[in-house]
Amino acid sequence: MSTTVEAASPFAGESFAEGVSRRLKLSGLSIAYVLLAVPALVLLCVLTTALGVAIVGVGMVLLLMFVPLNRHLANVHRHLSGRILGVKIEEPYMPTEAVSGFGLLRRWMNDPARWRDWAWTWMSATVGWALSWIAFGIGLGVIWFAIYPFIFAITPDGVFDVNYGLFKIDTQAESFFEWTWSLLMLGLWWKVMPVLMRWRAELDRSLLSPSRETLERRVAEVSASRTETIDHSAAELRRIERDLHDGAQARLVALGMNLGLAEEMLATDPEGAAALLAEARGVTTSALGDLRSVVRGIHPPVLADRGLAGAIQALALDMSFPVSVLITLPGRPPAPVESAVYFATNELLANIGKHAGATRAVVEVSHVDGMLTVRVEDDGRGGAEASNGSGLAGVARRLSAFDGTMDVSSPAEGPTVITLEVPCELSSPKTSPSSGTA
Amino acid sequence: MRVVIAEDLALLRDGLTRLLEAYEFEVVAAVDDAEKLIEALRTYEPDIAVVDVRMPPTFTDEGLRAAIEARAERPGLPVLVLSQYVEQLYARELLSSGDGAVGYLLKDRVADVVTFVEAVRTVAAGGTVLDPEVVATLMARAQPDSPISRLTDREREVLELMAQGRSNTAIAAALFVTEKAISKHTSNIFMKLDLPPDDDDNRRVLAVVAYLQG
Repeated sequence: MSTTVEAASPFAGESFAEGVSRRLKLSGLSIAYVLLAVPALVLLCVLTTALGVAIVGVGMVLLLMFVPLNRHLANVHRHLSGRILGVKIEEPYMPTEAVSGFGLLRRWMNDPARWRDWAWTWMSATVGWALSWIAFGIGLGVIWFAIYPFIFAITPDGVFDVNYGLFKIDTQAESFFEWTWSLLMLGLWWKVMPVLMRWRAELDRSLLSPSRETLERRVAEVSASRTETIDHSAAELRRIERDLHDGAQARLVALGMNLGLAEEMLATDPEGAAALLAEARGVTTSALGDLRSVVRGIHPPVLADRGLAGAIQALALDMSFPVSVLITLPGRPPAPVESAVYFATNELLANIGKHAGATRAVVEVSHVDGMLTVRVEDDGRGGAEASNGSGLAGVARRLSAFDGTMDVSSPAEGPTVITLEVPCELSSPKTSPSSGTA
Repeated sequence: MRVVIAEDLALLRDGLTRLLEAYEFEVVAAVDDAEKLIEALRTYEPDIAVVDVRMPPTFTDEGLRAAIEARAERPGLPVLVLSQYVEQLYARELLSSGDGAVGYLLKDRVADVVTFVEAVRTVAAGGTVLDPEVVATLMARAQPDSPISRLTDREREVLELMAQGRSNTAIAAALFVTEKAISKHTSNIFMKLDLPPDDDDNRRVLAVVAYLQG
């Protein structure tokens, strides 16, 4: 027995109006592609020349200047073609933070994605351009042949005559014959133009999306970060166990002993019993204090109460320097992300307090296009580094579990700007903008 | 003195009721959620409300919200908020109306019965009582160029105790000095913070706290 699955067209249930609007958008995009081929051609010439003379200094300088531009152009196409295909085309590049100059050139040379970008520039300026021109031309043809009779009417005789060999269009009445072409073009526009645009987008995708090896690298990264996260949470659990064991638990044992003794002494030595009871009361206070600090380390109550916005404001108030907070979150991120971002921000602010010698800091939290961004800036002495073992490295590790990234810009003399980015969706569409200076 | 208690845990609610009744308070209502609290405050118009921050249905900060709402309806309604943990953010929100008669304490403080009852009375009389933990963070935040930095260490100690709602007598006892010395310190503090010295105790604490809020 065999089963056949028919690939359903994503536009199967599309109404006529939706079909028209989609094709109009595609025509618009075809113009964009045609125009974008111009910078592609320029980049192609420059990059190819630069590669040829790369051993000479000037070639390297050209590459350093133009390879990032090519990336931007490729990103625009990733976005456009991704929209046509209804998919998200990811950037496939190897990370290039922490390298510059020759290191950067070497990194690019070893990155297949950069070479594929270059191949794509070739495609974009040749086959891709042709495809976009045809798609654009079809739309243009519909309009041209439709308005032909009117143009014929307003121009002097003979300017827009057409000679088809068998017959000749040279009167106003005959000029309406061109509407046949317009109809034909309309048919092409309806049937063929979307296909052409799809081909173009598929070509972009085949060259611009991550290749198999990048995906493999990504899987390796993900499993590494997962292992780290598991290790990290196991260590956290051990710490919590130890805190409870040495803190609250031990105090409760002492409390029990105190109370037992007091019970014994009540009849014989009421004063001694009273002293023991007073001591017992003190022990409960410290046990509660211990529990509070453990709870704060697991999940701060204010985060549970007020979400990320309120918790970061509370955090800002607890710092020993003034912290301005500007938060625009139209909802709440998922709880694990909220917690990770809260602890990361906490760590960043604590670091500023410890090392930066800053007099003030600014925290900005926003959520744009599925990306939660936290920007922490201080006016301290700068020179912060995310080297191994530092608090900042811990922050990056914690965020990596959620595909989050950390970017550190901290020149000597400051200011330091640290940007955290975590991709996530927000839940309730409630608006909770809040800001203030603490 | 008539009290309304709002606390969702029966054990603590009964404990609080018993404790306050033992000190001659009249507990006119003991409720277990924020809605009933608002109702009880309207019905009984008590002299003070003792409110837990976390209550049903969401177990976040509805006690605090209810307290602020009730005080918006009846400005200056004395409210003592109790919580398992203290946040400066919440202290600010409570104090922001500027009417005084606010207390914000860790639940643990109830164990020190005498001080706790004292706090209830202070708040009911229009004073402000902040938990030592809140006061400590407020002090730690004082900026190098702020007027707080002009205070001597001793004056800071006095200010901390004042923010906790203590009277001059109590402060003198805590610091083992005479009451006269304390009143000298307090007038110095008010002078350094540019506050008129003839205000009453509670007003002064309020002013100090408001000043610390920046």
